[in-house]
Amino acid sequence: MKYVDEFRNADLARAVSAEIASLVDPKRHYKIMEVCGGHTHTIYRHGIKDLLPDQVELVHGPGCPVCVLPMGRVDEGIAIAERPEVIFTCFGDMMRVPGSKGNLLEVKAEGADIRMVYSPLDALRIARENPDREVVFYAIGFETTAPSTALTLQRAKKEGIENFSVFCNHVTIVPPVRALLDSPDLRLDAFIGPGHVSTVIGCRPYEFMPADYGKPCVVAGFEPLDLMQSVLMLIRQLDEGRCEVENQYGRAVLWEGNLKALEAMSEAFELRPYFEWRGLGFIAQSALKLSPAYADLDAELRYSTPGVRVADPKACQCGEVLKGVLKPPECKVFGTACTPERPLGALMVSSEGACAAYYNFGRKSFEKVEIGAR
Amino acid sequence: MSEGREKVGAGFGPVPTDALQQNRRRSPRFTAPRIDMSHGAGGKATHKLIEGLLLPAFDNPALAPLADAAMLPFGDTSLAISTDSYVVRPLVFPGGSIGELAVNGTVNDLAVSGATPLALSAALIVEEGLETDALAHEIEAMAAAARNAGVSIATGDTKVVERGKADGLYITTTGVGMVDEGLDLSASSVRPGDKVLCSGTLGDHGAAILIARGDLELEAEVLSDTRPLTPLVEALKSVAGQGLRFMRDPTRGGVGTVLNELARDSGYGVALWEERIPVREVVNGACEILGIDPLYVANEGKLLAVMAPDVADRALEALRKVEGGEEAAIIGEIREEPARMVLMHTRFGGARMIDMLVGDPLPRIC
Repeated sequence: MKYVDEFRNADLARAVSAEIASLVDPKRHYKIMEVCGGHTHTIYRHGIKDLLPDQVELVHGPGCPVCVLPMGRVDEGIAIAERPEVIFTCFGDMMRVPGSKGNLLEVKAEGADIRMVYSPLDALRIARENPDREVVFYAIGFETTAPSTALTLQRAKKEGIENFSVFCNHVTIVPPVRALLDSPDLRLDAFIGPGHVSTVIGCRPYEFMPADYGKPCVVAGFEPLDLMQSVLMLIRQLDEGRCEVENQYGRAVLWEGNLKALEAMSEAFELRPYFEWRGLGFIAQSALKLSPAYADLDAELRYSTPGVRVADPKACQCGEVLKGVLKPPECKVFGTACTPERPLGALMVSSEGACAAYYNFGRKSFEKVEIGAR
Repeated sequence: MSEGREKVGAGFGPVPTDALQQNRRRSPRFTAPRIDMSHGAGGKATHKLIEGLLLPAFDNPALAPLADAAMLPFGDTSLAISTDSYVVRPLVFPGGSIGELAVNGTVNDLAVSGATPLALSAALIVEEGLETDALAHEIEAMAAAARNAGVSIATGDTKVVERGKADGLYITTTGVGMVDEGLDLSASSVRPGDKVLCSGTLGDHGAAILIARGDLELEAEVLSDTRPLTPLVEALKSVAGQGLRFMRDPTRGGVGTVLNELARDSGYGVALWEERIPVREVVNGACEILGIDPLYVANEGKLLAVMAPDVADRALEALRKVEGGEEAAIIGEIREEPARMVLMHTRFGGARMIDMLVGDPLPRIC
């Protein structure tokens, strides 16, 4: 694939790997968090850990929107989906996320009309084609996907489509990172910043990380070489005693972000005073809701969702894993009570969830298996 | 190669490996209150359904190996029998249609079990209102595919259900074949050092269906790979003889799932090399957009074979000379360790585990 294979080149990978190895201080341990679940997926899919020296440890952050969704919000979505007049639309990732009494796939098997879509515009099309039904789009994601929801809302309003509404679960990336940095058990040296989110918000919002907390941040792309290079850039910063925000993903991310997208978002959304994050608790101003101008299209108002808080299963340690305190296999139920086919916690569901990535791709790494030469 | 590989396993603390191993081995109890779409995907959920519900009830030695075809003793020889239902949507797709698929699929299940297909039965469930032209197209496609594969459609059944109760047409075919007694094809014949061969590019069928459905509005030309595998199997048999240990056609669940079944049933590990696995660029691109792995995408005209190392190269040559095998490749090897697991050396220079398919990326593709 043109423009993709170039960023998966094994020779370049070896060269970057060697340079990282030559730069690391053998007596020092570098603990780097990749904030974004997309990065976690890349790290496992391409076996990047095998190319990093022992001194460099990658810790998986909270940047998987499915994983941080609290159970109560899943239950509320299911309650809407069960209404007979509703066609419920969502991304495929959501289908197996466990609510307190089951997941959307099971509710679909019980008769609910649930359809997987690839874009909120698909949901709007379904609404147009089914004027006698109510179509609800279950919106999730960070600033990456929020603009497409905003544009869909704008279009729905413009076209006067009344049988369409959005159940908004969009979240923002900076508040949870700040919450992590405020956490007393944090032992991180640097951050790999989320590339996709940054195509929208730019790099400026991360400036508080070096300024207020003394942690360098490199905004990175999603191909394996992107990640290797950002690790190299962070190690250089740490070794040279620099501490700043750098942009590795210059081919997609502008320092100021995407102003058009930000404008659409600020028109369609407003900040919630607080929002619950799975494993991290309530975080102030960390999520979006529909702005008053779009109240007509707000599923939360249309279906008066109760906002019930549901505690996570007791055995589930998603919170500790999300904070980087535990590695996935150190969780009590990893691979036993919690597996990708029967997930207890959301981190086991999404392909971007740290536990699912670990389970699917990474188990060999910690089973000390040597598969030998070719 | 690679310093990378020597480092595998470094830097991680002790982990409950035993629990994981046990979990993988545990015979699954079927506990789901209802059937959902993942139970039809050919991955883990399908396994649980079959092993937890069907196998205990039907319990018999012919079924127990859960192979593509069952072997029934018949006089001095054995008969192979296999059955499959086809519910693909849309009925016609680039490179084939449901009728052709229904014949080739069952012929292939017999062929990879080492049997020569003799005859098929065909049962049609037709939805009220289906245009006769559409039905005639499929009947002709079945006849042509049967001629091409050298089998007869010897018996059948037709049912019509009310509008809305079936999606146009469902077809079930059952095939019988004579077993080639000279072969011992099973996971237990596989030995460390054996080579894993694949007869061509992976994921073509699944990608063709996906693009044909138009949900993604992708403009790309991918043809389904549906074809009878009998000529490829004949080529392998004539070259390899006893060196041919195991064959499967990686349909639902893809190569990833088949190799996991092999790893589990043989007790050995499978090592793959990503750079050797043939995948068309456009299929790779479609998979990349969707975030799915070509290793889990269905094929309808591809053969996965495990061969003794001394015959593997000749077998590869023979495969490449047969139509439909031109892009055959040796993609992996059987290893002692890691037992019961499939590992892949990534093109990037790392390694990762390949698990069985979980969930259903693409429902109703065959």
